[in-house]
Amino acid sequence: MATTVHTHHEVHHDTHADEHEHHEGNFWTNYIFSQDHKVIAKQFLITGIFWALLGGILSVIFRLQLGFPEASLEWLRPVLGGWITPDGKLNQEFYLALVTMHGTIMVFFVLTAGLSGTFSNFLIPLQIGARDMASGFLNMLSYWFFFTSSVIMFISLFISTGPAGGGWTIYPPLSALPQAISGSGLGMTMWLVAMALFIVSSLLGGINYITTIINMRTRGMSFTKMPLTIWAFFFTAIIGLLSFPVLFAAALLLIFDRSFGTSFYLSDIYIQGQALAHEGGSAILFQHLFWFLGHPEVYIVLLPALGISSEIIATNSRKPIFGYKAMIGSMLFIAILSFIVWAHHMFVTGMNPFLGSIFMLLTLIIAVPSAVKIFNYVTTLWRGNIRFTPGMLFSIGLVSFFLTGGITGIFLGNSAIDIQLHDTYFVVAHFHLVMGSASFFGMMAGVYHWFPKMFGRMMDHRLGVIHFWITFVGVYMVFFPMHYIGIAGFPRRYYSFTNFAFSSGFTDLNMLVSVAAILTLAAQFIFLFNFFYSMFRGKLAPANPWNSNTLEWTTPRNPQHGNWPGEIPAVYRWPYDYSKPGAKEDFIPQNVPFSETPESNLPHENDQIKLEGSGNSGSIVIGPKH
Amino acid sequence: MMNSIIVLGVILILAILYLIFRVGSLVTVAKGDTGSKVESGNGTHAVLFVVFMIVSLVGFFWYSYVNFDNYTLPIASEHGKVTDKLFWITMGVTVVAFTIISIVMFIFIYKYRYDENRRAAFYPDNHYLELTWTIIPGIVLAVLVFTGLRAWNDITSPPSKNAEVIELIGQQFAWTARYPGKDKELGNVNFKLIDATNEFGLDLTDAKTHDDFKSLELHIPVNKEVLLKIRAKDVLHSVYLPHFRVKMDAVPGMPTHFKFTATKTTQEMRDELGNQAFNYEMACTEICGQGHFSMRFPVVVDTEEDYERWKLSQDSWLKSNPDYVKDVPAGLRESAMIKAGIPVIQEVKQATAVGSN
Ligand code: HEM
Ligand SMILES: [Cu+2]
Ligand SMILES: [Cu+2]
Repeated sequence: MATTVHTHHEVHHDTHADEHEHHEGNFWTNYIFSQDHKVIAKQFLITGIFWALLGGILSVIFRLQLGFPEASLEWLRPVLGGWITPDGKLNQEFYLALVTMHGTIMVFFVLTAGLSGTFSNFLIPLQIGARDMASGFLNMLSYWFFFTSSVIMFISLFISTGPAGGGWTIYPPLSALPQAISGSGLGMTMWLVAMALFIVSSLLGGINYITTIINMRTRGMSFTKMPLTIWAFFFTAIIGLLSFPVLFAAALLLIFDRSFGTSFYLSDIYIQGQALAHEGGSAILFQHLFWFLGHPEVYIVLLPALGISSEIIATNSRKPIFGYKAMIGSMLFIAILSFIVWAHHMFVTGMNPFLGSIFMLLTLIIAVPSAVKIFNYVTTLWRGNIRFTPGMLFSIGLVSFFLTGGITGIFLGNSAIDIQLHDTYFVVAHFHLVMGSASFFGMMAGVYHWFPKMFGRMMDHRLGVIHFWITFVGVYMVFFPMHYIGIAGFPRRYYSFTNFAFSSGFTDLNMLVSVAAILTLAAQFIFLFNFFYSMFRGKLAPANPWNSNTLEWTTPRNPQHGNWPGEIPAVYRWPYDYSKPGAKEDFIPQNVPFSETPESNLPHENDQIKLEGSGNSGSIVIGPKH
Repeated sequence: MMNSIIVLGVILILAILYLIFRVGSLVTVAKGDTGSKVESGNGTHAVLFVVFMIVSLVGFFWYSYVNFDNYTLPIASEHGKVTDKLFWITMGVTVVAFTIISIVMFIFIYKYRYDENRRAAFYPDNHYLELTWTIIPGIVLAVLVFTGLRAWNDITSPPSKNAEVIELIGQQFAWTARYPGKDKELGNVNFKLIDATNEFGLDLTDAKTHDDFKSLELHIPVNKEVLLKIRAKDVLHSVYLPHFRVKMDAVPGMPTHFKFTATKTTQEMRDELGNQAFNYEMACTEICGQGHFSMRFPVVVDTEEDYERWKLSQDSWLKSNPDYVKDVPAGLRESAMIKAGIPVIQEVKQATAVGSN
């Protein structure tokens, strides 16, 4: 049958039997300027891992300052040079620069590019049954814009005036005035340029994801048969496409204010003995624009992680995800609502209090679909048959963080309560759990789960498990105590807490947090070893190691360019036929037609058989190569 | 020395981990593939999760109970009582939900761990269940929203006319306060008039500025509504009075405000806490540069009488900086000096007379 389908892949087959390569290709086109979605995904992943490590190290440096304010950091001088003051302390502006770069790196470079970039690229074509992205070229550009952006952001760490230091939210006027903080000089310029390139990258990626999902699904893959991962990537890409341009505009106006003397955000400023000429600008305008991206960004970071964990939890509970349609519905609802809650970050900025009321209402509404998701996860576990693979462990960790961190959102969304909590460590605790750690765990879960498909080998189970437990407990030890510190009123972005009587306590908790942070970071090296070691020396992976239903597992162990050596399999059923009563195995892949499973079909599925067409060959494809 | 010990320690730990890893994989190879669909030790995780849940829930409740007084700040304002009550109501509701969901989830994880002889249930949906857990959180959240809305509307409602008006000004990296003086009205300011001495940018052509005075402490009366007018000179700052549950950004070019009523004088709070060294404080909670963490401003809550007495004891800004009298329009000079409390000397009287001719 396969010979009747003359794709160019087939033709190649005949010539070189084993080396199935799309084009001849050399090292450069195969691994560097590749247009293959799998290679691009790996590029995003490795870059993301690099950034995660760097972001983590930065946080440990400032945690040293907070946990051990008396300690001498002299030993960091070889690395940090002049940023260590003569008496062995961290420079105060550099502390803020560290916090800023840590936030920027984690939110954008790790959890947006590293997470979406990796898994949207890797999974969309594989799970919907496409040979590649709609435009391989744009996809490649997307990575290289990200790479360029990364290089610029990275270099900014080393310039003499230091990287941007006004917080990852870069509120002007602080971010606009080099006189106010040295990081707002060249460092801020580089931040803005890097982010502009980053936005271009994420738009190119997003356009590709959306078009690919809409246009390139394989035969039978209707929207309602798509795995939840794909739904999540789809919504994420749409949110990004609509919100990133607003950040671009905000950044552009900031560039004008900084370099061309305009007054979009600046007004009535007297600094260092000089009244500036700016008049009529609004600092609040920037905050509105920033959070118009900033809040959706939270979901850009979180939705892919939720999609990944939905898939992994269903697979490893050996059960259909509970409430498939409700899961899609709540994601849709979250995606829409995420655009109209942004000002909950601005309750006490002097914004009209009536707006505050409206945004409080909308914010608490968005808690409902989030709650639904948690209940659906828990119900998926109910009466499952749970296998604790590292991927599953990290997914469970995600649900736990999402719950713990989501709960505190109900406090912060209430403007009356937020008056006290805003900009304290309570907020730091909240967003690290619900967004930072949850998404980070989603990313880890995804790496463990799809590593066999990415590299054709298994990661070591034991090391994965150790990595999970240290990280899971570590994250709680780092972020849970911050709730107490926040309720006690400790403001965030503080270099030290000893200037105030009300915040001079809790040295013990701060020390505990810092120690836990160091251990947690150390545990990530177990992962790194496992990752790189397994890439070359891991056990060879079977084609479908987790007995999963989705299409990527119908590809060969090492899918080549084009993904399927023969015809792309057609899809007949939803991705969650796990433990179907009557079935021989506890899973039925999406490409198995109902006509082959009369023993387990539900009545309405039997009706589908007629529609499956006659002599359809689409489903059996992975046969041996000729 | 320290460095090499750390490095050695790290190497040792890595070596041990690597050994565990090698031994582990060799054991697996030796045992051969058992054909099981799960790795050995699958059940261990189920147990560990339950242990984790119990230890952390117990730890959470225990720590929260024992250290309650350490992490809660005493309340010293009217609306603070309301917002704290909301905070604790929300805490109650969410902790109950959190505890139940956590327990249920980890119990499920334990109970439904892999068992070769069992098959998972095929249970794709249940609309009643889903509807229930959409509607119930919806109702609970609606109740929380509406109580929150009421409180928020009260807190942000317009101040009463006889509120005590005080201006707070943020700059890198210090606060200053400006009081309206006897006329109870703050005079106009303009950022272009700011200089090293005229740090408020007082517009002396406005007679209301003449009796305004500066303070490096925030004094407020107890049991009387205070309206803080807030502005910033250079970058964003944020007024944060933790004991009064007050927070409002200071924005260059956009004056903001916050009204509240203090309920306990400094002395009352000291007695209540049994700590005679206690002082109210004001901090900055919007990142503003390297000194962000050190923008401390002392706060004193006085009895009404003490407060009035304190105000009378303060010299007006103009009196402290008599050089600036020349910036007052000639016609206003005499009244300015009277208002500012500067002894009116003859030449100025004459000058005024000349000027007004
Ligand atoms: C090793 C793990 C981590 C530790 C110990 C850590 C610690 C911290 C701390 C203590 C702060 C507040 C610093 C301050 O306000 O002075 C902070 C800020 C922040 N972190 Fe993390 N964090 C970690 C991982 C992450 C991850 C995975 C994310 C991803 C979302 C993240 C995102 C942020 C953001 C956005 C900020 C705010 C930065 C700003 O204030 O401008 N962090 N982190
Ligand atoms: Cu938000
Ligand atoms: Cu400040």
